[in-house]
Parts: sequence; structure tokens; C-alpha cells
Amino acid sequence: MRFYENRQLVTPGDLLAEGDYVAGKNTYRIDNRIYASRLGLVEYGDREVRVVALNAFYVPSVGDLVIGKITEVNVNGWIVDINSPYSAILKASDVFERGFKPQKDDLTEIFNIGDLILAKITSYDRTRNPQLTIREPGLGKITKGQIVKITPTKIPRVIGRKGSMINTLKRETGCRITIGQNGLILIHGKNPDDERLAIMAIHKIELEAHTSGLTDRVTEMIRREKGVRDEEGS
Amino acid sequence: MYSMVISRVRRRQIAQLIAGGKRLDGRGLTDYRKIKIEKGVIEKAEGSACVYLGRTQVLAGVKIGIGEPFPDRPNEGVLTVNSEFVPLASPEFEAGPPSEESIELARVVDRGIRESNAIDLEKLCIIPGKKVFIVFIDIYVLNHDGNLIDASAMAALAALLNTKIFNYEVVDGEVEIKPGFTQLPVRNYPIAVTFAEIDGRLVVDPWLDEEEVMNARLTLTFDKDGKICAIQKGGSGALTKEQILEAAKIAQKKAEELRKLVVES
Amino acid sequence: MKKVPERLIDENMLRVDGRRWNELRPIKLEVGILSNADGSAYIEQGRSKILAAVYGPRELHPRHLALPDRAMLRCRYHMAPFSVEERKSPAPSRREIELSKVIREALEPTIFLELYPRTAIDLYIEILQADGGTRCAGITVASLALADAGIPMRDLVVACAAGKVDGQIVLDLNDVEDKLGEADVPLAMMPSLGAITLLQMDGMLTVEEFEQAINLAMEGCRQIYKLQKEALKAKYTAIKEEVETQ
Repeated sequence: MRFYENRQLVTPGDLLAEGDYVAGKNTYRIDNRIYASRLGLVEYGDREVRVVALNAFYVPSVGDLVIGKITEVNVNGWIVDINSPYSAILKASDVFERGFKPQKDDLTEIFNIGDLILAKITSYDRTRNPQLTIREPGLGKITKGQIVKITPTKIPRVIGRKGSMINTLKRETGCRITIGQNGLILIHGKNPDDERLAIMAIHKIELEAHTSGLTDRVTEMIRREKGVRDEEGS
Repeated sequence: MYSMVISRVRRRQIAQLIAGGKRLDGRGLTDYRKIKIEKGVIEKAEGSACVYLGRTQVLAGVKIGIGEPFPDRPNEGVLTVNSEFVPLASPEFEAGPPSEESIELARVVDRGIRESNAIDLEKLCIIPGKKVFIVFIDIYVLNHDGNLIDASAMAALAALLNTKIFNYEVVDGEVEIKPGFTQLPVRNYPIAVTFAEIDGRLVVDPWLDEEEVMNARLTLTFDKDGKICAIQKGGSGALTKEQILEAAKIAQKKAEELRKLVVES
Repeated sequence: MKKVPERLIDENMLRVDGRRWNELRPIKLEVGILSNADGSAYIEQGRSKILAAVYGPRELHPRHLALPDRAMLRCRYHMAPFSVEERKSPAPSRREIELSKVIREALEPTIFLELYPRTAIDLYIEILQADGGTRCAGITVASLALADAGIPMRDLVVACAAGKVDGQIVLDLNDVEDKLGEADVPLAMMPSLGAITLLQMDGMLTVEEFEQAINLAMEGCRQIYKLQKEALKAKYTAIKEEVETQ
């Protein structure tokens, strides 16, 4: 038995369903009743009930691409702030060849405090902090572009179904956009104005993620802003 | 502040027994441990009492001082209750400023005495607006084996029943002490009854191990007429309305029993 | 110095602020008002004004203080010096320490603490203006701040007090009624689960009166719970209406 309509806004403690359902994300079960545990939009599947949270912090998942900031350097590696309750660890062995025993200076030369990196989560469990790697192509220190931070639960909306939203953004702003699952997005455009357009669009997506017709409105907004800017420029 | 790690086996043992209506030490769910009360144990204090509740041991001392009344209550004496969880009483107690548990306990005991008007504070007025008696009740926990609140409340009450104030005369606006003593007039007898909620059941007078596994704690303080004068729920769990009302009925009876012990000791 | 009223309930059965025995004070709730905190909310209940903010879950340093299997909820209930009639010293009083404890214990049952081991969730409740019922309003607004921070909860915790004033059991006591009345029973609950997480009482009540007070407080809680839900959804509902009707 379902007590709400699909995509209706629910709050923690709302009784979503009763019966033989599986408690999906952001819900919990007592006996045969499923309750919401976060504010968000309820989604009923055939066997599962879940809530798409409107606001939640990032919990690391193995394989996620993340953007992080170096906060500490020690002899074993670096501690990285990945916008999560837990800080992540990038081991020196991930960067240096096996057998090489780096000095702290060597590490500082590669990544120093305050540097931004694009990395992947390689392991994470309840007893230890998440571990990162930068060994894959495309990963490593971020040197160009701007970073936007949004609430991590809205990242899927920025990507869109089959990439529809992010492709729209890339196309309309001409920027390169790299999405971190931890809510940080790297934008690198031909000029700061293009980057600013992309940032505006992303903020709009964050604000209106729970509404429909968003892709069209975002496209419209970017084109309108570009129009205004081109007019002012000429 | 954080619970000692109780083995899972023991936790289950305790819960299983309680589900069957019994406890690890053989008591029924509404039975108190053996209680012993000794009055007048510290001669230098104006009043004192020691309470043994099972292996929990609490000493209460009353000191009478003279000071200024509160500005908004110029004709009333002052009552203040303090508690010390001294380090020798438990490996969990550390020296230093009072912990939140210690402060909570003192305030709950204070509430029982104050709200039941056990002491007629107006009788403690010496010179209105200038000088009044201050009743300092200090609760000293000597051994923590569970249910410090009930033991402390009984100790505080017994100490008050045992308190003598020196005779005095006001001469030229100064208080002069004269020979002889007068018993502190105590007109109500508040008694605290504490429950632990374990796996849906309520048990009275939890001992240390039961406190480690309980979900929530409920204390109800009753006065001599069976009226409630203080309630405090503690612990990170929750209770239902039905549990609370059931506890109130049980506590009213138990308070009667304990009151006899304190008053007649 | 405030004048002390002679009666708290007049011959028309109206209280000092014009309310009937079962009426709540006017309540205003706002969520997400501080930009730095992970979650925040604000409440006005009658003349009490309270701000709550949440930081966390965040790693707890020093490490040895952290709990290995769950998050630790730390709560600070604090009154601003200008919040009461006579200036209050900023140092934490014994009352504030006790209230910080009981408020924390009122909220702990609702949070899924086991999901975030070795972290701390820091909750700050600042009483900007106090006019009675601050621990209850503090719990009500703290729940919203926790939900705003995206911390998973079993239910919103809502709190309300009932008491006895001039011989009558009444709902939601203001400052005067609390100070001069016969009893005050603050209560917090998780309405979806019927679970009471805070219960205190001072004053004098028969067991029957106490039962009446609990029932009345729970009824008040249910009304405030509806307002909590609306406040939490408000921002999103407004945006949805605005953009989808363009």
C-alpha cells in the first residue's frame, strides 16, 4: 500500500508504504512499514521504495570520481578533504614507484596543502577512511578552471538522464565540465565569462532540481544570458 | 561519560531474564535492593545521613550558613543542592568540575525538595531582605553501583530530617549565636523512584549493569500525599505514554514504602 | 521590573495573553537561514526566539574521543546574555548544562548514529529571547536544523509543554505562567512512532492531573509537527510553484 504519489515531497518520519517492499535509499523499515529518513521526493518502484534526497552530504563509494583539496602532508602521503564527513587518504605509494622512500619534501613538491586534485575512491569501509588513487588517466592535480560546490544528492540531476543535462551545459557554454560525485564540479571554459554562465546554470539546477522542465529552462537561461552579454559586449 | 563495554552475552542475559520477570540478582521487576539508612554520621555537619542501596553508597551532608536572600525573595531562606561524583566511587568518575550527570542529579534531587515545599523557606528568614539561613545540601557519592538518584534523594531527605540549626538572637542587626539547637522543620517527604527501560520492560532501582544496557531511565518523585513533584526522563531511548503512566502507578506505591524507611530510620 | 499579575486565568477563562487552555502561542518557523552551518533553523513561539545550527557529521579530533561504532551527538543549549529580564552571564549555568543533556537525549533516539562511526554531530541551540518553553521550542527547531543538514532521522522530534495554572491544566506555558503556575511538564516525542524522548516535570500534580497534562502536551506536539513539516518543505514548494507555472 502506498501513501503518497510518485515524486511527492516527503519529510523524515513520513509513512511511505506498507507491505512487502524493500527499503531503498533514504528510507527505513519497521516491521512491514517503510518510513522516509530524509527530506526528498519519494519514488515507488515495483519492489522498492526510496527517497531522492534534496539535501544530503557525500558518503564515499568505491569507484566514485571526486574532487578534493589537500589539507595535510605527512611521510606516508596526503590527507584530502573530499567534502564528506570523512577525510580521504592518498598514499605516497600511489604516486611514487615501489621501493622509493620519499622524504616529506618530495611529497610537498607533488601536492602541497591547498592543491586541488581529481581522484578516484579505491576503497572505503566503516573502520577506515576512504583511500584515493590518481593513477588513472585524467586524474591528478587541477591547475585550471573554477570549482562549484553543490549538494551531492543533486549531482545526478546535473548529469541528467543519459547525460542530457550535462551535454546541454557543455554545448551551450562551450566549457569542459568534470563532475565529482562528492558535489564538486570543475568548469574550464575558453574564458571566465563562459565559466560564469556554466556556474549560474549549475546553481539553477541545484535550486530547481526537484521540478520538471528544468533542461529547457536551463537552456533558455544560458541563451538569454549569452544574448545579454553579447549585446553588452558589442 | 560513555558506557563501559558490557559483553554481549551479559547484555542478552540481563534482557532475557527481565523478559521472564526476573533479574540477575534474583529481584522481581518492582523490587528495591536492600536499603540501610544511617543518620547523623558526620557530627560536624548540621545534618547528615548515609544511604546504602545494594552496593551503591551515598553520603549527604547539610551545612547551615547565613547569607543574603535572593533579591526577588527577600523573606525566604535559600536552599542549594550540590552533588559530587568523587573519583573513588567509580572508575568512570574523574576529578574536576561536575559532569552533566552530577549536575542533573543535583537538580533532580533539588526539584523534589523544592517543589514539595519540604522546607518552609520563610521560617529560615532572620532579617527580611538582609539575612537568611542558607541550607547547603551536599551529596557525596561514595560507591556507584547504580541508581544514584534514588539513593541521593533518600540521603538528602534523611539528612534534612536530622538537621539542627543553632539558636540565635538578633542584636543590633547582627546575628548572635546562642546555646542550644532547633530541629530544622521539614513538612514534606519527597521520595524519588527510578526505573530503567530494558527491551520494553520497566525495572525499578536499576543496578549498574542494568543501567549500562537500559534504553531509557525514568524518575518520578512523590510527596507524602502521593502527588508527583518532579519527573525526569534520562538516557538516549524513548518511552511510550503507556509505559510512563504504568511507571507512575508503581512509583507511587514504592515511594510510600521508601518514605517509611527514611522517616523511621 | 515586571508587574506580577494577580490571576493567570480570568473570569472568561482567558489566560494572561488572551489564550484558552488548549491554545498554542503563535509559531513561526524558518529553515536553512545560516549559510555556514550544514543545517539551520529558526523559531519564534510567542515571544521566545531561538536559533539552531548543526555542523556535521564531521570527523572527531582527538581521535580517542570518538566512538568506534557510531557518531556522537553533542548538544549545547545556551542563552544569550540579553535573552532574559536580568542580564545573564555568558558562562554556562547548571541549568544550561542540564538542558543540554536532556535535549541531546531527546534527539539521539531519532538519528541513525550508527551510520557515521567516529564522527561528531554538533548541535548548537541559541536562545536569543526567552519567554518560557525554550527547551521545547529548542528541540522543535533543532530537529529542523538536523533535517536541513541532511542527517538521516527516524522522525522529526517535536516538543511542547503543558502545565497547571490557577488550578487548570493548560497548554504551552509562557514565562509568567511557568514562574507562577503550579506545574510544568515539558515533553518531546517522535509522532510517527509514538515515542516520548523528553519528559520532565516540576511543580505538584496528582497522577490524574499528570495524565491530563501528558495528553494535552502530546496533542500540542501533533499540531506543531504539522508546522515543522510545512516549514521543511516550504522552500522547495515555493520554488516548484514558481518555476512550473511560468
